[in-house]
Amino acid sequence: MIKDTARRRSFVTGLVSAPYELWAVLFILVPLAFVAYYAFTDNDFRFTTDNITRFFTATSPVVNADGTLGQTHTYLLITWRSLKLAVISTVVCLLLGYPLAYFISRSSPRAQKTMMTLIMIPMWMNFLIRTYAWMTILWDKGILNHALGRLGLGPVHIIGTETAVVIGMVYDYLPYMILPVYSVMAKMDPKLLEAARDLGCAPTGVLRRVILPLSLPGVVNGVTMVLIPSISTFYISQKLGKGLFFLLGDAIEGQYTANNLHFAAAIAFILMVALLAAMAVMRRLTNKYTYGESAA
Amino acid sequence: MKTASKIFTGLMFLFLFAPIVILLVFSFNEAKSTSVFSGFSLRWYRELFRDTETLKTVRNTLVLAVCAAGVSTVMGTAAAVGIDRMRSKYLRSALDTVTNIPMINPDIITGISMMLMFVFAGRLFGFANSLSFSTLLIAHITFCLPYVILQVLPKLRQMDASLPEAAMDLGCTPWRAFWKVELPELLPGVVTGMIMAFTLSLDDFVISYFTTGTGFQTLPIRIYNMTKKTVTPKMYALATIIFFVILTLLLISNLTGRSDSQALNSAKREKKTKN
Repeated sequence: MIKDTARRRSFVTGLVSAPYELWAVLFILVPLAFVAYYAFTDNDFRFTTDNITRFFTATSPVVNADGTLGQTHTYLLITWRSLKLAVISTVVCLLLGYPLAYFISRSSPRAQKTMMTLIMIPMWMNFLIRTYAWMTILWDKGILNHALGRLGLGPVHIIGTETAVVIGMVYDYLPYMILPVYSVMAKMDPKLLEAARDLGCAPTGVLRRVILPLSLPGVVNGVTMVLIPSISTFYISQKLGKGLFFLLGDAIEGQYTANNLHFAAAIAFILMVALLAAMAVMRRLTNKYTYGESAA
Repeated sequence: MKTASKIFTGLMFLFLFAPIVILLVFSFNEAKSTSVFSGFSLRWYRELFRDTETLKTVRNTLVLAVCAAGVSTVMGTAAAVGIDRMRSKYLRSALDTVTNIPMINPDIITGISMMLMFVFAGRLFGFANSLSFSTLLIAHITFCLPYVILQVLPKLRQMDASLPEAAMDLGCTPWRAFWKVELPELLPGVVTGMIMAFTLSLDDFVISYFTTGTGFQTLPIRIYNMTKKTVTPKMYALATIIFFVILTLLLISNLTGRSDSQALNSAKREKKTKN
């Protein structure tokens, strides 16, 4: 009787997740296969590697520093720039978000709740409008320069520079760093820190030997959650970079708008493969590091 | 050290809220400028309520978010129940990996990948306009599903597996056991998942941008098209209204959340004293 219900039950529950399984195959896996399919075909859907080669070999003219004309690898330059700006933004997010998450996790429960709610509020507002608001702050005749002018400081030119793009990325994605780091730190037992101190650990030692290793999973999550959107954004670079700094997201979006779906798919495919590889490496490194720490 | 950390925290919140304060202030600006404040007026709010095109996109966005959250909550909860009972470890970890894909993949790749499939399918079946409300809805359900599943799964793990078994031993059908015993236990996770799905759908721009056709505009896409030109404070007025709606919702959920957990605690205490 019990066996019978169990069998009936497992049959029912097997059916219960079937719609999702079908959905996941149809709308998660099949679309990804289409990215690969488009990336490796031409407009008549014949197999070709031209789209991929184009990514690595296409060149465009540039003006060198000394005024002469030169050639540069268009998409390799874009990739390098995306990577550079995304890494800088992630590092800045970590440097700002990590201490903030720590301070929040050490305050009273009530203050913790309020501050975490405050951090989430901007996330609930449309990021296009928030990014646009930064334009009015950073603009040459904007609020920042008004304020600086009052203080007698010279106007600063930020909009249309890589700095502006980084500011936008840090602003938009900082909560993605704070939330996972905070959630790890809030679970950390304060007794561990006390024990380390009682056993004669200096404050820097407590940080390095107790807090940092324990919070590492949160940091890894935060880094992925900031790095991935910032490497693939296109709105921030369009607005705050005035479209002067093409990123990978801009390249994909540009090819999509120009209806070059096969090349857009090729760029997306390369980005996807690179991200998968990077994440595999990162996971391996953090595993090694955490195991090394616990063994020591 | 204490004061230094307080100053740092204060500066960080200033940074996080600076653009929002700017939005709030300039939505009341008399002039069209979004950087020089010339006087208080409600002009932009009046203009907003006269802008039928924008109001229509607000309605579209809400309709889409309600549909996407509804479908993904039902399907996602069912999926979580199924995944939790899955016998085959291999199948389970494969499904877990697939579920993670939309969360890890950059939005632009999720968007592009679905767009490519829809365009291809459209060509195959000969639709002139393959991108529409339905493709947008499919895309939104897809990126909402993992969040619902990940909210419900931990609740299933916390639940005592013998509870539904007991119900069935006492003569409940599996369906009734789920409905009367399991679902009430899962409800907090289901509700959080639904709220997450709803807000994600409301806020999404990138995936919608690639998967919607010309016929159906959502608010983020409308905003994107408007910010291509110079923005009038009308958009700021809209953002301000959204801000206060969110703030109210958060306050309500905080208040009710507290009373819920209090009720639960007192119920637990009662149970203990009875035992």
